[in-house]
Amino acid sequence: MNRLTGIFWSLLFLAVPVLGVATFAVAPALDVWLPKDVSTHGAAIDGLFYFILALTGVVFVATEVMLFWFLWKYDAAKAAGPATYIHGSHTLEVVWTIIPAATLLFLAIYQMNTWADVKMRRPSMAPSVEVVARQFEWRLRYPGRDGTLGTGDDLFLVNDLHVPVDEDFLVQLKSMDVLHSFFLPNLRIKQDAVPGMKIPVWFKAKETGQFDIVCAELCGWGHYKMKGRVTVESRENFDRWLEAQYARQEATQPEADPSTAVARTE
Amino acid sequence: MSIATSPSTVHHESAAPAPHPAGFLSTYVFSKDHKVIGLQFLFSTLVWFLIGGLLALAVRWQIAWPWSDVPVLGKLFAQEGGQMAPEFYTMLFTMHATVMIFLVIIPILAGAFGNFLIPLMIGADDMAFPTLNMLSYWFMWPAFIAFGASFFVEGGAASSGWTSYPTLSTNVASSPGSGWGQTLWLIGLTMVGVSSMLGSVNYMTTIILMRAPGMTMFRLPMTIWAMFITAVLQAFALPVLTAAGFMQLADRTLGTGFFSPEGNIVNNWMQATGGGQPLLWQHLFWFYSHPAVYIMILPAMGMVSDILTTFARKPLFGYRPMVYSIAGIAGLGFIVWGHHMFISGMNPALGITFMVSTMMIALPSAVKTFNWLGTIWGGRIQFTTAMLFALSFVSMFIIGGLSGIFMAATPVDIFIHDTYFIVAHFHYVLFAGTAMGVFAGIYYWFPKMFGRTMNEFWGKVHFFLTFLFMNGTFFTMHILGAVGFPRRLADAYHYETFHHLQPLNAFMTWCAIGMVATQIIFAANFFWSMFFGPVAGRNPWHSNTLEWTAPSPPGHGNFDFQPVVHRGPYEYSVPGVEKDHLMQTDPPNAAAAALAAAH
Repeated sequence: MNRLTGIFWSLLFLAVPVLGVATFAVAPALDVWLPKDVSTHGAAIDGLFYFILALTGVVFVATEVMLFWFLWKYDAAKAAGPATYIHGSHTLEVVWTIIPAATLLFLAIYQMNTWADVKMRRPSMAPSVEVVARQFEWRLRYPGRDGTLGTGDDLFLVNDLHVPVDEDFLVQLKSMDVLHSFFLPNLRIKQDAVPGMKIPVWFKAKETGQFDIVCAELCGWGHYKMKGRVTVESRENFDRWLEAQYARQEATQPEADPSTAVARTE
Repeated sequence: MSIATSPSTVHHESAAPAPHPAGFLSTYVFSKDHKVIGLQFLFSTLVWFLIGGLLALAVRWQIAWPWSDVPVLGKLFAQEGGQMAPEFYTMLFTMHATVMIFLVIIPILAGAFGNFLIPLMIGADDMAFPTLNMLSYWFMWPAFIAFGASFFVEGGAASSGWTSYPTLSTNVASSPGSGWGQTLWLIGLTMVGVSSMLGSVNYMTTIILMRAPGMTMFRLPMTIWAMFITAVLQAFALPVLTAAGFMQLADRTLGTGFFSPEGNIVNNWMQATGGGQPLLWQHLFWFYSHPAVYIMILPAMGMVSDILTTFARKPLFGYRPMVYSIAGIAGLGFIVWGHHMFISGMNPALGITFMVSTMMIALPSAVKTFNWLGTIWGGRIQFTTAMLFALSFVSMFIIGGLSGIFMAATPVDIFIHDTYFIVAHFHYVLFAGTAMGVFAGIYYWFPKMFGRTMNEFWGKVHFFLTFLFMNGTFFTMHILGAVGFPRRLADAYHYETFHHLQPLNAFMTWCAIGMVATQIIFAANFFWSMFFGPVAGRNPWHSNTLEWTAPSPPGHGNFDFQPVVHRGPYEYSVPGVEKDHLMQTDPPNAAAAALAAAH
């Protein structure tokens, strides 16, 4: 066999780690990368992402380059004599079992705390808002002036979530019809909304601004357009907005509010 | 059932008359010969592979250029002005995944390669239960018809994703495809399950009982070990999916409420019954479908191991660790299903348990990769088309394996769950992994199947272009996922977070078009070589395993002599032996005996 073909194919396999690393290196410059994080817990998630990226990146480059090197070096057209007659190595098997096992176990334990923070250590407070997902909108219910959900002064809105900055915010997530997923890319929040379940979701925003609410679980033909906006703003602005919305609701919907009918289906 | 381990019952082609009548129907259609059944599976699945690929192109078209006129197909499906409706798009990706998983990958690995290779590689004259084997193929046809027909019923085919999560799938008002399309989907799925189960019991029995004399379990080629463990996985996991499928069918047709809570209203249509739980379906579905992920890759791993050793002219590095790691993957595979449900609403404490088991399942995969690298090390590598595909399996499986760790990390999964990161991950495992293994297998065993070799030059062109376009399509998905770009959206560019990603998606679609177009080269090579390729002898690759001692293609009853096995399958480049391979059937000669004494 021709040596040139061996060189060609080895280099093709070398292109995998080269272009692979290049893609990840260029992506942030092209703005094809993690969106801006405005939550307090997001740094831990992103940090873990980068940590795993570095770890897997090293393994990726090492193994792919090794593959290339073996192809280059042990090409039948280049290497003289017969292949090495060997059936394995007990030492190597032990080494490459124990090292990855220890690494993976470390990774497993290392991340538990972040997970517990985001999904298990719920702040002890009344829900700040109830989000009821339905085809294809996010129905919001703020507790109103009395701070309690399910009372007469609840405020009803659609797709327009407002959140005070630097405060714990607790969402009570429900679904009316099918599965949806409450995805706030900039707040590093994602939680499925499940019919028949009330699921708590909490976060603390650390920066003001307007961001997307995306549905991340297939919910039917209009899944792509189930879009909301989350506005993170100062406490004063939030209170002012709440008052304005409340006044508007009082003025336009004195009775027979269709959204309350929805809320009663729980 | 004939037990090949006893020489007296072996059918010698010359001595014993063929037990089957030689009519066309019984030879090529309702055949009980494992080789014909294997080829029937192969041809059927390759046709569905083409359909699944075209469905993928239509999906890619919409993602790259949303709401633009679809060329050719747009008019065929009579969409308004040739553009795609969002419910049509939803149906497309549902059926792309369904076709690729249930009608291509699972049946091509177990059905085509399993059937063709198991008796040949263990030295048996056929499967243990030939009639059952025939039925396992024919039970695929109701599935072909159900899935195929569902495109043409009112509302179109199923459109609740290949995962069919309730209540989208159970409530007829929730989606156009949740009408007849979904019912047919469930019927098709059940039939695929019946077929797999019939195959599974047959493979287990055959491998346990019908090995040739001297073929101990630890002399089996890796392909057979992988097929055996895959069959065990099928047998244990499938009943759960079948039960879940019937429960969903009952929810849809009989008015039960296994998966719907009380008072569920969809699209102003209230379900009469309730008291169920949507998460129940997810648990049952993934209890099968996670082991199914391994059903979809273990056989390819086995085949790749055999091909690597042949073209590295070297024994497999760490045979026993390779067997144990397959068994380890299969065992752990049963306790990791919850990693599909980290953000589903399942108890987050349970998520931690599944996270730990998922992290641990990366271990046997790592061991396998290191052993493949060890196999190539010190070899004398021959860059045949089969070898190139096998090497690309290893190279790509590294990517698919490592990207899995991101999703296994529960906090990271919060962000990348249901984004293109996961789409990248499973396409690296299933297409860049398994499909490459399948191509490697086809180029490698084609001479045994049809008695002729495929064209090597065009094979390499096919490999090179597939390799380029595949990485162009799928690697970019990783960084798309890093942005949080969600899967299954007909148009994501109206979101501020994603509006700038259209050019990247257009690039990926061009690559996907190139990738599908490249397969024309494969199809042409395949059919041309079937009739006009150079005639292959019994053992064109100078390989060691039993199938290469049989004629190419093998006649009914496979072997024209009784194979007796003297050694393991990977004795390449044995010092002191003249030729660089020592077949499993080669009698122990003086040199080999001397070597054995030296060990």
